[in-house]
Amino acid sequence: MADALRAGGTPAIELTGVVKEYSGHGEVVRAVRGVDLAIEEGEFFSLLGPSGCGKTTTMRMIAGFEEPTRGVVRLHGQDVTDVPPAKRDVNMVFQSYALFPHMSVYENVAFGLRRRGVDRDELDRRVREMLEIVDLAGREKRRPRELSGGQQQRVALARALVNRPRALLLDEPLGALDLKLRQAMQIELKRIQREVGITFVYVTHDQGEALTMSDRIAVMNDGLVEQLAPPREVYERPATRFVAGFIGTSNLFSGVVDRIADGLAVLRPGPGDRVLVPVEGKPAEGDTIDLTVRPEKIVITAEEPGGDVSKVRGTVAEVVYLGTSYSYAVTLGNGAEVTVFQQNAHSSDSSAERGDPVWLSWQPRHSYAMGS
Amino acid sequence: MTAPAIDRPAPASAPVSPARPGRRRLGDRLLTAYGWIVIAWLLLPIAVMVLFGFNDTRSRTNFTWEGFTLQWYGRLFEIPGLSAGFVNSLVIAVLTAVIATALGMMIGLALGRYRFRGQGLTNLIMFAAISCPEIIMGTSLLSMFLMTGIPLGRVTLVIAHVMFSVSFVAVTVRARVLTLDRSLEEAAQDLGASRWETFRLVTFPSILPAVTAGALLAFALSVDDFIISTFVNGPVETFPLWVWSASRLGIPPQVNVMGTLIFAVGAALAVVNAVGARRRG
Repeated sequence: MADALRAGGTPAIELTGVVKEYSGHGEVVRAVRGVDLAIEEGEFFSLLGPSGCGKTTTMRMIAGFEEPTRGVVRLHGQDVTDVPPAKRDVNMVFQSYALFPHMSVYENVAFGLRRRGVDRDELDRRVREMLEIVDLAGREKRRPRELSGGQQQRVALARALVNRPRALLLDEPLGALDLKLRQAMQIELKRIQREVGITFVYVTHDQGEALTMSDRIAVMNDGLVEQLAPPREVYERPATRFVAGFIGTSNLFSGVVDRIADGLAVLRPGPGDRVLVPVEGKPAEGDTIDLTVRPEKIVITAEEPGGDVSKVRGTVAEVVYLGTSYSYAVTLGNGAEVTVFQQNAHSSDSSAERGDPVWLSWQPRHSYAMGS
Repeated sequence: MTAPAIDRPAPASAPVSPARPGRRRLGDRLLTAYGWIVIAWLLLPIAVMVLFGFNDTRSRTNFTWEGFTLQWYGRLFEIPGLSAGFVNSLVIAVLTAVIATALGMMIGLALGRYRFRGQGLTNLIMFAAISCPEIIMGTSLLSMFLMTGIPLGRVTLVIAHVMFSVSFVAVTVRARVLTLDRSLEEAAQDLGASRWETFRLVTFPSILPAVTAGALLAFALSVDDFIISTFVNGPVETFPLWVWSASRLGIPPQVNVMGTLIFAVGAALAVVNAVGARRRG
């Protein structure tokens, strides 16, 4: 990935000011409301968001199945906005796999090469090589319905990859598989991507999938990209309330800035409480800001913690034993509820019981003031 | 074999009290009996037709069983009028099936795949053509042919048969198209197939069972049509028309033999289509 992001390289896929509107029954539905993306060569890029956020529409515009109402789609610098899907150098893996039921596995995989008139020897070599990569050698003569879900999924992958597209588009490809298989396929997909070195654009509503596999994630909501960043940053520094809420569990606070010192805003949600948040420029004393803290960053103690940490008082409302960890629900003085995860590493740590008064504390750098 | 072990219900999962199995068994028996009655109801007339093709009758009528013979199969084409009608019917039915299937398939594809102005009206016309009483269709077709001056004969028979069977093909194909995964065609295009290649390699094979079923339906509707054919046949006699005109004097056993052959071929084709559809998945 590092050398793929070399300075000055033309992005593999570039969307500029892309808007997609559907009109029907007298009203206009704006599925995509202005998306700008630059996906780099060789990148594993995810479009993540809830259903209806525009991620699939965005992908279909890259594939050529939808025409943008406004804006430009470029593949390797070339404007392809009006180019039909058959003439675009990208291939797609469909959510339903869309394997041709009347053709064998071999014929399914060979379909794209036959359309391009690849000669017989090369075709045979490439199809077999690709079936080898997806671990389906020896099943050439099977019909798709004779294969398991995971195998069908790999045929779909092989059928797209065998054409050596400049980019592979995957539309929720693991959605139909059970959890175990899905996790295995995540690792498999990542391995295949490394092996073939092709740009992957991955559409999913599953944050875990996106975090596991992606080099970068575009979190979409309501037709717009809310945040575009590597997984770690999306998780650790959610840019908006929506991102914080959609990815993982998040505690959202809202409070009035008491004073600002050394780039830290100080909030006092209750008597004795002190929340420190790094801020840049904007907020002034008296402003209300939103901030987020991940549950696993919070430490739960019976005594008041010392040092320059954020600390708030609360009462344990619920303790849930999760095996490797405990999940606590703690009610604060102002009635807000906070979720806290504690690793089940030291048996003595799990001493907080329901109804206990406790202190919650976390490092200032673990909370972020967000945009709306 | 492990089957008996599987069939025996585990005690823990047995959902009914001891009183229930008896009642359920009675219900099952009634259902089985009902099933057989329906099958008999449907097949008995056909069985009688087949049987009387083997009747060693000596008179012109063929209504009483007089012993078994295979002679009518050997003397199948002994009656010139009947043979001509049989051939006419086959030729007209094949032409009808080909034309109605080609047209009906396109209509079915359009209705199932696209949204267009006049779609609702087209649907309505399809079902109107299916539900229209044949006697009305026959008289109006006759007036139309007389008005336009098209001479009555094989051509008008084919036109009329295509007209009433095309809806059946369209409706059959449309039902199949509606169940098709649209992304199959998108996948083909994504892989570089032109529109025509997409149709030839993906869409058509996917709807083939429905197209074949539609073709069989059109053939069957044409080959035994009587009411509409009486109006538009002109001097041409088809198999059903000949049988009707002969019925006052007595129907010869050859008619049963021909009926048996048509039925056997139709049934065989239907079975082949069903098996093929299952194999293609």
